[in-house]
Amino acid sequence: MYQIIDKISLNKDVDLMVIHAPLVARNSLPGHFIILRVDEVGERIPLTIVEVADENVTIIYQKLGYSTKLLGTYNVGDELNDFVGPLGKPAHIRDSKHVLGVAGGVGAAPLLPQLKEYAKRGAKVDLVIGARNAEHIILIDQYKPFCENIYITTDDGSLGKKGFVTDVLMELYLTKTYDHVIAIGPLVMMKYVVQMNKERKIKTDVSLNPIMIDGTGMCGNCRVTINEKTFFACVDGPDFEGEGVNFDELIARQNYYKDEEHTCNLKLVKK
Amino acid sequence: MKNPRIKMRVQDKDTRNSNFEEVALGYNLEEAKQEALRCLDCKNPRCIDACPVQVNIPAFIKLLLEERLDEAYYKIYDDNILPSICGRVCPQEKQCEGACVLGIKGESVSIGALERFLGDYALENNVFDKVDITENHIKIGIIGSGPAGLACAAGMRKMGYSVEIFEALHEFGGVLKYGIPDFRLPKQIVQTEIDRLKDMGVVFRKNIIIGKTITIDQLLREGYKALFIGSGAGLPSSLNIPGENFSGVYYANEFLTRVNLMKSRNFPMSPTPVKIGDNVAVVGGGNVAMDAARTAKRLGAKNVFIIYRRDQFSLPARLEEIDHALEEGIELRLLRNPVEFIGENYELKQVKVEMMKLGELDKSGRRSPIPTGEYEVYDLDSCIVSIGQSPNPLLNETTVGLDVNKWGCIVTNNYQTSIPGIFAGGDVVSGAATVILAMGAGKSASVEMDLYLKKKGIL
Ligand SMILES: Cc1cc2nc3c(=O)[nH]c(=O)nc-3n(C[C@H](O)[C@H](O)[C@H](O)COP(=O)(O)OP(=O)(O)OC[C@H]3O[C@@H](n4cnc5c(N)ncnc54)[C@H](O)[C@@H]3O)c2cc1C
Ligand SMILES: Cc1cc2nc3c(=O)[nH]c(=O)nc-3n(C[C@H](O)[C@H](O)[C@H](O)COP(=O)(O)OP(=O)(O)OC[C@H]3O[C@@H](n4cnc5c(N)ncnc54)[C@H](O)[C@@H]3O)c2cc1C
Ligand code: SF4
Ligand code: SF4
Ligand code: FES
Repeated sequence: MYQIIDKISLNKDVDLMVIHAPLVARNSLPGHFIILRVDEVGERIPLTIVEVADENVTIIYQKLGYSTKLLGTYNVGDELNDFVGPLGKPAHIRDSKHVLGVAGGVGAAPLLPQLKEYAKRGAKVDLVIGARNAEHIILIDQYKPFCENIYITTDDGSLGKKGFVTDVLMELYLTKTYDHVIAIGPLVMMKYVVQMNKERKIKTDVSLNPIMIDGTGMCGNCRVTINEKTFFACVDGPDFEGEGVNFDELIARQNYYKDEEHTCNLKLVKK
Repeated sequence: MKNPRIKMRVQDKDTRNSNFEEVALGYNLEEAKQEALRCLDCKNPRCIDACPVQVNIPAFIKLLLEERLDEAYYKIYDDNILPSICGRVCPQEKQCEGACVLGIKGESVSIGALERFLGDYALENNVFDKVDITENHIKIGIIGSGPAGLACAAGMRKMGYSVEIFEALHEFGGVLKYGIPDFRLPKQIVQTEIDRLKDMGVVFRKNIIIGKTITIDQLLREGYKALFIGSGAGLPSSLNIPGENFSGVYYANEFLTRVNLMKSRNFPMSPTPVKIGDNVAVVGGGNVAMDAARTAKRLGAKNVFIIYRRDQFSLPARLEEIDHALEEGIELRLLRNPVEFIGENYELKQVKVEMMKLGELDKSGRRSPIPTGEYEVYDLDSCIVSIGQSPNPLLNETTVGLDVNKWGCIVTNNYQTSIPGIFAGGDVVSGAATVILAMGAGKSASVEMDLYLKKKGIL
C-alpha cells in the first residue's frame, strides 16, 4: 500500500498529492509517469510524476471522471492500493537555447519538470499557459522562478488575455523565435499548436495521453499512429515529436469509452 | 464403440455462453475411477514420453484406482506442481493423450481430466507437500509470476533459498490470471496455488517492473545471488494493415486483460469498461483467439466469428476449446485473411478479407495459405486481433549484455542467459508456448541455478 503524505487543492477540479513510494522515486526522471489504482477494484490510471523528493512522488490530477474523482475523496494518511512506475521514456531534453513551453489546463503539471530541466541546463525559457478561467490556471508560482516570460490566457478572459493559447502564440511569433516548443495539454490544443508551428518550421514536442492499462507495452491500448507507423505511448513515449502524430485518430481512441465512463461516474455520485 | 471414455460433465451450452462459470465440471471419484480403469498400465507407456515433463501417468492412475488419492497426487506433483491447472489447459490431444495406445483404435485415456480431478482433490482437502525447509539465507530473485516463475520459485524455495518474486502487474499468476478466462480456469485455483507458495515462504512483490522500477543491475548489486527471468511473451503481434488503430480494433491482450484482470464484465461495479457491440470478429486460430471469441459471446455479442487463414484442421487451438466454441455458437470463417479495416471517423465499421486457398506444405508442416485475389467485406462493431505474441523488449533494452535472438527471445544455454547468474525460461525463451512447458522450464532452471550457486561457492 502507498500512503498519501500530503494533499493540496490547487483549484476546485485539481489536486496535488504526495505519495510515499520509495521504489518509484528511486529511478524517476523528468517525463516519467506512474499508474495507480485507488482501491482493490480500481481502474489503472496514468499520471505524470511532477516531482520526486526522497521517497515521495508528487502527482497532480484533474478530477475528470470516476477514478480521478474517487482519488479526490482520499486524504492524507489514506493509502492507495497500487502505484507502479516510473513508466515511459524520460523526456528527451534537446540542446536548445531558447525554449517555449505551452501548457493547457492540467497539462501545466507534466510540463513543469521538463521545463525546469531546460532552465537548469541554462536554456532561456518562456511559458504560455492557458485554461478555462482564472481558477484553472495552476502552478504559476512554481513556474515563476525559472521562466523569463509568462503569458496567461483564459477562455473567458478572467485572467490574462481572453482566448486560446494559439491566439497568444500567433502574437508571440510576430516578434519572437524559439529553437523549439514543448506543448502539453488537451489533444486538440496540441494538435493546433503543432499545426501552427509546422507552418513556421518550429519543432514541437508533445506528451500524449491515450487510455492505458498495463503501461508496460503488453496490451496495445495506448497505441498511436505517427507518420503511418504504430507506437505504444506507454513504452515508446509518452513524449513524441508532434509533427507526425495522427491527433484525430488519437482523439477518437480517447473518447471510445465516453458513454461507459458516464454511467460509471453516476455510481460514485450515488455512493 | 467399445470401452468409450467417461465424458466429463459440462455446463449446458445454451446457459454457459452467457456466464463466466467453468464450462467443464470435472469428474467425481466414481467417474474418475471408472475412467482410470481404462488405462492398460502399458509396459512401455507412450503417454509418459509425450508429456513435456514426463508425468508418470500409469503410476498415478494406479494409485487413483486404489483410492490412494494423496499418493496419486504426489506422484503427479513430482513432475508437475500445477496439476489442477495443467489438467485443465494442457493441449492433451497433442501430448499425453495423443500418444496413448488406446487412441490408436479408439479413445485415449482422459489423462487431463484425471489429473485435474487429483489436483482439485488436493486443493479442496489441503493436501500438499509439506517439506521441511532448511534456510540457507541466499537471496534469489524471480522476474514474473507466470507458471515459469512460480515453478522456479517453488523449486528454489524447497532447496532453502530466500525467494522473492517481482511482478509488474497488481496480481500474480501471469497469463493464468490476465489471459486465460475463468470459464476455462477459475481464478480461485490459481490464487490457491499462489497462496500455497506464500505459505512455503516465497515472498511475492507486486507493482515492480524489472527494468523500470529496479534494473537487473540494481538487483545484482543489492545482493541477489541469482535471478530467473520468466517474463513471458506479452507483446502482441500486429496485422500491419490499414486501419488497425481504429477504435474498436483490440489486441487480444487488451480485451482479455480488461475482462479478466480488470473484471470489466462486472462494469460498472468494476470501473474499467469494455465495449464490443453485436458483431465481433476475432482474427487468429489459437487458444487466445478461441478465448477471445468465447469471452465476446459471454459479454453479449450476437454474432461472433473467427477469421483464420487456413482450414479448420490447421487451427492450432486445443481441440476441446474449438469444440466448445462451436457449440457456443461461434462461427468459423476459414481460409480468409484480413487486408484492411474500414472505418468512419476512425471508428471501426467493416473488415475486408482476402479469400485464401491451401498450397504446398510449409515449414510448419501445414499447407500454406495462398491469396486468391478475391475479397469479402463484413460489417463489424469490433475486431479482436489474436495472431500471436512475442517477448516484451523492456528487459533486454535495459540490461546490457542480455542476448536475445531475432524474434526477441532470450538466448539460453541450459537455462543460463548470456549473463552469468541470470537464468531464464518459459515463453520469454521459447516464444508463446504452453503452461506446462513454462512450468517445466522454471522447474529445470531451479536445478541449474542451484548447481551454479554451488559451483560458484556461494552455497
Ligand atoms: C502518460 C499520461 C500522463 C498523464 N498525466 C496526467 C496528469 O499529470 N494529470 C492529470 O490530471 N491527468 C493526466 N493524464 C490523464 C489521466 O490519466 C486521465 O485524466 C484519467 O485516466 C481519467 O480517468 P477518470 O476515470 O477520472 O476519467 P474517465 O471517466 O476515464 O474519463 C473522463 C473523460 O476524460 C477522457 N479521458 C479518458 N482517458 C483520458 C486520458 N488518458 N487523458 C485525457 N483524457 C482522458 C475521456 O474521454 C472522458 O471523457 C495522463 C495520461 C497519460 C496517458
Ligand atoms: C489467452 C491465452 C490462452 C492460453 N491458453 C493456453 C492453454 O489453453 N494451454 C496452454 O498450455 N497454454 C495456454 N496459453 C499459453 C500459456 O499461458 C503461456 O505459455 C504461459 O503462461 C507462459 O508462462 P510464463 O511463465 O513464461 O509467462 P506468463 O504467464 O506470460 O507470465 C509472465 C509474467 O511476468 C510478468 N512480467 C513481464 N515483464 C516483467 C518485468 N519486466 N518485471 C516484472 N514482471 C514482469 C508479466 O506481467 C506476467 O505476469 C494461453 C495464453 C493466452 C494469452
Ligand atoms: S502435464 Fe499435461 S501433458 Fe503432462 S500428463 Fe499432465 S495433462 Fe498430460
Ligand atoms: S499409453 Fe494410455 S493406456 Fe498406456 S499407460 Fe499411458 S494412459 Fe495408460
Ligand atoms: S498501456 Fe498497455 S501497451 Fe501501453
